[in-house]
Amino acid sequence: MGDHVERRSPVRDLSDQEFFYGHKGCPGCGGALALRLALKVLGKRSFAVVPAGCMSAVGFIFPQMAFTCNAIISTFAGTASMLSGVAAGARALGLEGVHAVGFAGDGGTADIGFQALSGAIDRHDKIIYICYDNEAYMNTGVQKSSLTPLGARTTTSPVGSRLRGAVTGKKPMFEIVAAHGIDYAATASVGYPLDYLRKIEHASRIEGTSYIHVFAPCPTGWGHDTSETIAVAKEAVDCGLLYLAEFVDGRFILNRDPGEFGSVRDYLFRQGRFRHFREEDLEVVISQRDARWERIRREWKS
Amino acid sequence: MMAAGNAFISGNEAIAAGVRLARPQVIAAYPITPQTTVIERLAEMVEDGSLPAEYLHVESEHSALSACIGASAVGARSFTASSSQGLLYMAECLHYASGGRFPVVMMNANRSVALPWNIYGDQRDSLSLLDCGWIQAYAEDAQESLDLVIQAYAIAEHPDVLTPVMINLDGFVLTHTYELVSVPDPVDVDAFLPSFQTTNRMDPDHPMSLGFTAGPRHNQAFKQLQHLAMLSSARVIRETEARYGEVTGRRYPGLVEAFQCDDAEYVIVTLGSVAGTVRPVVERLRSMGERVGLLRIRYMRPFPEEEVRVALAGAKAVGVLEKDISFGYEGTVFTNVNSALTRSDAMPQRLLNFIGGLGGKDIPAVDIESLFSRLKAFDDEATVTFI
Amino acid sequence: MNHPVRNTAYRPPSRLEDYPVGTAFPSGHLVDINAAWRSERPVIDTERCTNCLVCWLLCPDGVIRRTGDGGLEIDYDYCKGCGICARECRFDVIHMQKEGS
Repeated sequence: MGDHVERRSPVRDLSDQEFFYGHKGCPGCGGALALRLALKVLGKRSFAVVPAGCMSAVGFIFPQMAFTCNAIISTFAGTASMLSGVAAGARALGLEGVHAVGFAGDGGTADIGFQALSGAIDRHDKIIYICYDNEAYMNTGVQKSSLTPLGARTTTSPVGSRLRGAVTGKKPMFEIVAAHGIDYAATASVGYPLDYLRKIEHASRIEGTSYIHVFAPCPTGWGHDTSETIAVAKEAVDCGLLYLAEFVDGRFILNRDPGEFGSVRDYLFRQGRFRHFREEDLEVVISQRDARWERIRREWKS
Repeated sequence: MMAAGNAFISGNEAIAAGVRLARPQVIAAYPITPQTTVIERLAEMVEDGSLPAEYLHVESEHSALSACIGASAVGARSFTASSSQGLLYMAECLHYASGGRFPVVMMNANRSVALPWNIYGDQRDSLSLLDCGWIQAYAEDAQESLDLVIQAYAIAEHPDVLTPVMINLDGFVLTHTYELVSVPDPVDVDAFLPSFQTTNRMDPDHPMSLGFTAGPRHNQAFKQLQHLAMLSSARVIRETEARYGEVTGRRYPGLVEAFQCDDAEYVIVTLGSVAGTVRPVVERLRSMGERVGLLRIRYMRPFPEEEVRVALAGAKAVGVLEKDISFGYEGTVFTNVNSALTRSDAMPQRLLNFIGGLGGKDIPAVDIESLFSRLKAFDDEATVTFI
Repeated sequence: MNHPVRNTAYRPPSRLEDYPVGTAFPSGHLVDINAAWRSERPVIDTERCTNCLVCWLLCPDGVIRRTGDGGLEIDYDYCKGCGICARECRFDVIHMQKEGS
């Protein structure tokens, strides 16, 4: 075959090592991809802390251990606090070049894990906290979390004649952690993987606390084909329901302004959890999106 | 402050002095009365450099123990302290630490549990958590408190044990009472307690997966192993006490302290600092010819079944005096003692359960004397009474 | 090896002594495969593949491997047949085939 010469690129230079392999995640799992890619960047000297949720449930079933780096399951509420302890222990033991990285779902972050996360940020503990946002408590069967979007059907926010899906919208986690004055925060999507990789890389060099909120579609819970995960994750950004941004040195930076937005209607209706939407529901979502972007475009640096 | 030699310090300060000697690498704790002075003294020690530990100002007790488990999971020795509401807030993590076989040491200031709110000492907090898999010791005085911390790490980290240890001090009565305490020399403690070594940890050179799931096929085996390790800890406790005695000159008597029990007809069984009130009553009654005794249970887990049977064999009547109640039944210490005695060849004729001291209610010596009178009286009284 | 390989010699513990202490076990230990999950499998047309690596990047299970000489291969033991690789390939080089066909 002869020597193969490759052009250098962030993708080509990414490690061939697989750190999350043989797991029992659903086919097409956005969260699994987010975890896999993050560990490729952070490497084998990572201590992964994963709370009760999808990624732990599918990765650590004795004797099948899908993580190939060091990994530990934390209590549901304790991702950030266990990370703080891991980082403190590593520091006390003089371990160099290690990463304490957490992978928690939206429920484990914005709800039950919120307090510990707030504390870790406040202490500037040297941890990387990654929230894979699949917009519900998926591991327990698709129940509503505080990151479930307005109107979405979940098993605890059903669609009927009186109530039509979730009656509240997403808690703004990125802005909340930014309001703490966190050392580094970013939003990301598995639909824009190179942007996500760059943000993981940036977080790996922060001497302090990093938070990355990665949008990770769940075919099982959202009701779309398993092959569509990346496309859906990209479309969410393109239609403006998601923004790609960073909080660096105390300032908000917008990484990508789609300019003209893609179709919110198309994005929502390709997913089973939104198919009950009426025109007026669509209008609410679109006008909320517009109001958000008006503020972002005015206040954040591009 | 609290250097080697004699010091006039409180129970809490004795704990802090013991912790410094034990050299934990990570301390994570949240303040709660009456534990607060422990973590304040520790913060001062960290500040002045005499305790080179990472000190985490965690935002809750759940996070305190969770952080300690995280530190232990990379091989660092860790310490935390709590009480009452805080102990219960971290209850999930108690099971986590014991099931994960992380040898964390914790001081618990025994305090009443709300409702009603009460900051004073009783033992409902720790006794309601006897099943969580932690070794539980109950200190009588400040000297024992200090000595227990150092021994606790040796016991917890022993490869046959690998079980976390909770050291209980009665709130205010012990935590805030001042006594003369002998503080060991750090050189002696370092020889007694080497640095923490374990294979139960994440290691950059040998990646491990910790805290995993075990389904119906395998789960029970892990739990059985945990139980067996706790049973083994009884032997390790005795061996550790023997070694500690050689280093400090203070040899502790094992899982129970039997005071004048050998030929006693009437014995009061109890935990913690109230034993300090019972002991002089026993001495006074003995001087008047009464055959009475005190059995102080030092470790409630592992439970000293055999020691209890031996100490109480032949007694006519035994009263278990405790600062807790398992609502709807009886006191937990009584349940444990009673169960052990049902397998005794010389079971006492009467067993009474005296519930007292709840919410810090005083138990004066005169009340203890009346308990001995009731044991002697053999009246037809209920098994469980509140005193 | 860049990925764990199934431990075919593994025997589950039968005696208490054979169980690990604590809940601690070596990472990267696999006893099961996931092949039975899928109803269709991706097939790469290696002749037309440009080695852009998008499929390699986006597989949630990491089962597409660089062969080191500019090629790609799929570990069918652990492929779940989700179809992301076929869907995201820019060059229409990956197709999903029904299992058993």
